[in-house]
Amino acid sequence: MSEQDVDKSRRRFLTAATTVVGTIGAGAAVVPFVGSMMPSARALSAGAPVEVDISKLEPGRRVVVEWRKKPVWVLYRTKQNLEDLAKMEPRLADVESNSSRQPSYAKNKHRSIKPEYLVVIGICTHLGCSPQYRPEVGDLSFEANWLGGFFCPCHGSKFDLAGRVFKGVPAPVNLVIPPYSYTNGDKVVVIGEDGGAA
Amino acid sequence: MTTKTQAFMNWVDARFPMTKMWEDHMAKYYAPKNFNFWYFFGSLALLVLVLQIVTGIFLTMNYKPDATLAFASVEYIMRDVNFGWLIRYMHSTGASAFFVIVYLHMFRGLMYGSFKQPRELIWLFGMLIYLALMAEAFMGYLLPWGQMSYWGAQVIVNLFSAVPWVGESLSVWIRGDYVVSDATLNRFFAFHVIAVPFILAGLVVAHIIALHEVGSNNPDGVEIKKNKGADGIPVDGIPFHPYYSVKDIVGVVVFLMFFSAVLFFAPELGGWFLEKDNFIPANPLKTPEHIVPLWYFTPFYAILRAIPPIWESQFPGVIAMGMAIVFLFFLPWLDRHPVKSMRYREAIFKVNLFIFIVSFITLGWLGTQPATGVLSELAFRFSELYFAFFIFLWIFSAERSSKYYLTSWIALLGTLVVLDILRGGSGEKLALMMNTWFIPAICFSILLLVPAKFKSWTQAKPVPERVTS
Repeated sequence: MSEQDVDKSRRRFLTAATTVVGTIGAGAAVVPFVGSMMPSARALSAGAPVEVDISKLEPGRRVVVEWRKKPVWVLYRTKQNLEDLAKMEPRLADVESNSSRQPSYAKNKHRSIKPEYLVVIGICTHLGCSPQYRPEVGDLSFEANWLGGFFCPCHGSKFDLAGRVFKGVPAPVNLVIPPYSYTNGDKVVVIGEDGGAA
Repeated sequence: MTTKTQAFMNWVDARFPMTKMWEDHMAKYYAPKNFNFWYFFGSLALLVLVLQIVTGIFLTMNYKPDATLAFASVEYIMRDVNFGWLIRYMHSTGASAFFVIVYLHMFRGLMYGSFKQPRELIWLFGMLIYLALMAEAFMGYLLPWGQMSYWGAQVIVNLFSAVPWVGESLSVWIRGDYVVSDATLNRFFAFHVIAVPFILAGLVVAHIIALHEVGSNNPDGVEIKKNKGADGIPVDGIPFHPYYSVKDIVGVVVFLMFFSAVLFFAPELGGWFLEKDNFIPANPLKTPEHIVPLWYFTPFYAILRAIPPIWESQFPGVIAMGMAIVFLFFLPWLDRHPVKSMRYREAIFKVNLFIFIVSFITLGWLGTQPATGVLSELAFRFSELYFAFFIFLWIFSAERSSKYYLTSWIALLGTLVVLDILRGGSGEKLALMMNTWFIPAICFSILLLVPAKFKSWTQAKPVPERVTS
């Protein structure tokens, strides 16, 4: 077949059609591979609620439990702690928790259902380290007028005892409050279960 | 050669270009005769790559990529496997050695302008190797499943969640879970052991093919191919084999002396090569007191931490860290000065390079320190100097008028002030900002006011026709 006999437009059409169909096919083949890297069914189902008995928790103390593989803190705040929360406000970035994540029943200044008990995910909203519990006044040598709170050792973010973030630190928003509820005469906190109240 | 071996070689050469490849890349590959100390690091990098692959293969024979078994399997390798401690320490020391070598190799490129035309692609392939190497090191560090493994991975993967809109899904996709977990460990193992090494090997081949196509640069930055003898061989070139193959053996011996000293006497190097917290099994509920990446990431880590969040997003810090590496990719197009080697570059170029190296090392140190007070502020100042290096490189690429230098000086000092106003701050923070402001301001003033006043500092020296010594 000589050059003149070639139907160029037919050849162009076939080349284009093959390229398009081939690209779509190759693109479709990527889907299962990318998809296989998403959390598996087992990882998704590992989110069962966790119960914490708080009847033995003393004021000023904290318990750490694991919920969905993340640390969750249950903190029993003293009267003094709750009074200090108001003093913190000028130093905080998001006092009203408007840009932070929490169930609607914890969107208040103490960020909890009952003022004295704080339930919060102990993961810094900056890059995911777990901040330290520094409840004592003046516990942070380099922070003047420290009234107790949480300090992240990784990048220096600071939070008050309601998990609200300080101004001028790397963490952008307050610590996340998980959905939770009380049961058994308010002696037990159920983390991850709030009967759809959120 | 005896007739029999000659006959065998003929048989092979008719089927595979054995002799041709040997001659093209070794026996008749002509390299400049004036290579110095800095030219050891290319072949040393290749040696360490082989060392990492071989020791890595033997480690996988006993390592278990499972969150419940990983830490114990590394202990098992260290205590019970015959020579397991040696193979593992070779691998861990090799990782740090790899970065020492690669950083010196890159510094050589900066000093002698080896990234410049016609070697831009060698530089780009090299930068991709550097990126792959960082991915390889990062994922490998998760495998022992110690505290630093766990929390280091947690922090770095969370960097991706700072990406607007898709960030959260992206980091879940990378981890395969909502936190770093068994799924993450298992896939990092797959990437570390097969995917990234495969890419790395391919890139190394591309790097060397590109190098052998245009030929090596040298400390004088003179193109030896422009001066060929009657036989078509560069007058200033010598065959890679035996001249440089033998020279490189000396480098290998000296390198192995240092390598063995660390390997046998201080494999943890006081926490610099293996961090102390990594001898504690991973605990998802407790972050170590000071979490620090290994030393080769700390300059970029310091830049990440130095940038404050903007509009409640830490994305700017992530972008800055990424840009610190991206700018390096663009070196061939930022530094357009025709003279390659710093031997003949103008004096002010050397000052700029010196400030860059000091900034890089200082950032590296700051990245190992807690990000508080003055240290955090210093990290911001040296980040400014790090990025300014690239701007100055571009400014010094051509002859500029005194007015140009003065205008640039005002613009850059103005930029410093604007950045500080944007960051804001009061009280102690403001005082720190004002006190450290002079670090970049003085450097910028030296780099721009000296050329504006003394033209001789901007004059490159004549480049010789042929390589010296």
